Amino acid sequence: MSRSPSKPPARPRRVALFVTCLVDLFRPSVGFAAVKLLEEAGCTVEVPPLQVCCGQPAYNTGDRATTRAIAAQVIDTFEGYDAVVAPSGSCGGMLSHHYPGLFDDDPAMKARAENLAGRSHELISFLVDVLGVKEVGARYDGSVTYHDSCSGLRELGVKAQPRNLLGSVQGLELREMKTPEVCCGFGGTFCVKYPEISNAMVGEKSADISSTGADTLLAGDLGCLMNMAGKLQREGSAIRARHVAEVLAGMGDLPAIGEPERG
Amino acid sequence: MESTAHAFKENVGHALADPNLQDSLAKLKVGFSERRRQAAERLPEFEALRDRARDIKNHTLAHLDFYLEEFERKVIGLGGHVHWAPTAADARRIIAELCQSVNARTVAKSKSMVAEEIALNEHLEALGIAPIETDLGEYIIQLRNEPPSHIIAPAVHLTKDQVADTFLEHHAKLGFDKRLTERNDLVAEARYVLRQKFLDADVGLTGANFLVAETGSSMLVTNEGNADLSNTLPRMHIVLASIEKVIPTLEDAAVLLRVLARSATGQESSAYTTLNTGPKRPGDLDGPDQYHVVLLDNGRSSVLGTEMQEILRCIRCGACMNHCPVYGAVGGHAYGWVYPGPMGAVLTPQLVGVEEASNLPNASTFCGRCESVCPVRIPLPKLMRHWREREFEKHLTPKAVRQGLALWSFAARRPALYRRLTGIANRVLALFGRADGRYRALPLAGGWTRFRDFPAPQPGGTFHARWAKRKA
Repeated sequence: MSRSPSKPPARPRRVALFVTCLVDLFRPSVGFAAVKLLEEAGCTVEVPPLQVCCGQPAYNTGDRATTRAIAAQVIDTFEGYDAVVAPSGSCGGMLSHHYPGLFDDDPAMKARAENLAGRSHELISFLVDVLGVKEVGARYDGSVTYHDSCSGLRELGVKAQPRNLLGSVQGLELREMKTPEVCCGFGGTFCVKYPEISNAMVGEKSADISSTGADTLLAGDLGCLMNMAGKLQREGSAIRARHVAEVLAGMGDLPAIGEPERG
Repeated sequence: MESTAHAFKENVGHALADPNLQDSLAKLKVGFSERRRQAAERLPEFEALRDRARDIKNHTLAHLDFYLEEFERKVIGLGGHVHWAPTAADARRIIAELCQSVNARTVAKSKSMVAEEIALNEHLEALGIAPIETDLGEYIIQLRNEPPSHIIAPAVHLTKDQVADTFLEHHAKLGFDKRLTERNDLVAEARYVLRQKFLDADVGLTGANFLVAETGSSMLVTNEGNADLSNTLPRMHIVLASIEKVIPTLEDAAVLLRVLARSATGQESSAYTTLNTGPKRPGDLDGPDQYHVVLLDNGRSSVLGTEMQEILRCIRCGACMNHCPVYGAVGGHAYGWVYPGPMGAVLTPQLVGVEEASNLPNASTFCGRCESVCPVRIPLPKLMRHWREREFEKHLTPKAVRQGLALWSFAARRPALYRRLTGIANRVLALFGRADGRYRALPLAGGWTRFRDFPAPQPGGTFHARWAKRKA
């Protein structure tokens, strides 16, 4: 559920960026786009250097001990910030919805996990619901379709927020898919553990994306985007895939996911 | 029914290559979810009813012994009989003995997933008693000698043309030698063939959607009315139900019925809702002489009080599978046993063993759509994750996955090392050619690159490396 407050909260000033492993390794521009959006909204952004991963690979494989160790590390690293923001509904949801349940047998750690959970947000919903951002000063000449990544949508209630901000981007036209809420088949390790099923799911997704006629696919999670972009490119599609934060931050002219550097 | 859950991956291969199945699934994915959405929107209190439905089931499970004994007391008071079956074998034996006690030759069955669970048909056939499925979908798959692929639409994997062929093959000897093409004609022919079988049946066997402790009633919903013929025409009516089907009162049943049909088919209520309350009483015009309820445990009581207990709230509406993208890709047979989809991925390891069904709770992206539509709010992804934890503890997780995870977690717990490794990974990936912006093949990533390109990292180093430079 989105934590939309009934009255405007005290504005969080000191915000820590939870970069996420995929953004760190494959698409740093998403991290820089997040920093830009947060700074423009009046936050001071820091990137705690000891951060690694939220622990989902272990959590979803059933390795609870490793998950707890990683969660404890994240809780330490992000202590003291007003807010912790991730350009991902999946990692954001891990911090805000799953960490407290890892420490049911450890009241002290559970309290710290709940404290972190209360300060953790997915980027776009943080901008809209917490900071009250209503528009961005970006331009993107193209038609886009927006995929609702599962954790953001169903755990965090991210649905209208990105569409509202995209509505303020000049030159941008939004074309909805028939089923933007159906999973793309990424699922973390799922896509390599069950590649045939994952392929069937992403094949259906790419058909839905293509049928919109949009020239750009946007979403709020890099894992899903890499999956969908990879499928579209394998099919020879010219549709480009970008993280929604990049377009909102006016960085929509970078080479898209899986596209070569120009020049 | 014999489980093939262990062969999930092979089953998936067959399912994805079956054009008839893929045709049928394409229709199912759109139809069920759209109808459920519209039904939920038409009822403003639908979300509140889901909460009440969850609470009713939670309350019942917390006092399950009390309500079961209350139900038994009521049934006995009505002149009926209750039989407790700890295992599937017990239930088969009890039912066979009841059939033999009236020298039954045929048993008219209305759809019962619990009967599939205990493999009742095979057992009765071996004893020379013919089970006759009277639900249209069950009848079709019985003719084809196939298991159901869905808990409320057992033949949903078949196309109309496949059904037409099956009817021609089996009904020609009864004089129906014209291949039918219209849906209504197929239904009419099945009705005609089945009618005589209802009249001939010695025993009627039904499942139950709910057992009402307050009145001793078993409650059944159908859209075909077949259950009503199964339980009123024969001399003996046997109700086969698992223990978690009991609920306290008729008032509770009203709440559950309101979420059941809407979640299942998008109907406000099923066409037939029937309460059976004991055998025929003096003065009744019809009804069975004998009324028996067989209560099956088959491992369910061992789930009580554990982290898996919430799966016992399930009211078998099928919404989770109707909305599951994995079920939608591979259909129900791939799951290899009676209960497919998300609820099956949680229940099957419990009932047939996690070793046999280890793939099922893993074959999910945790997209959460099942939980978002479950009428009794079962946290299905969470329960699947609990199974993964048990598998990890029992070392059932595939070795390659364990080793990969161990390497990753070693690094992930050492941030400085992790930074160096991601720096190296960044450069190594670049070696494979950044010119195209993506790779068509990558070592150790065949599962990905068999079907998709893999994007190359942006040039210039990792985010953290670039951030450190920016700050310096």
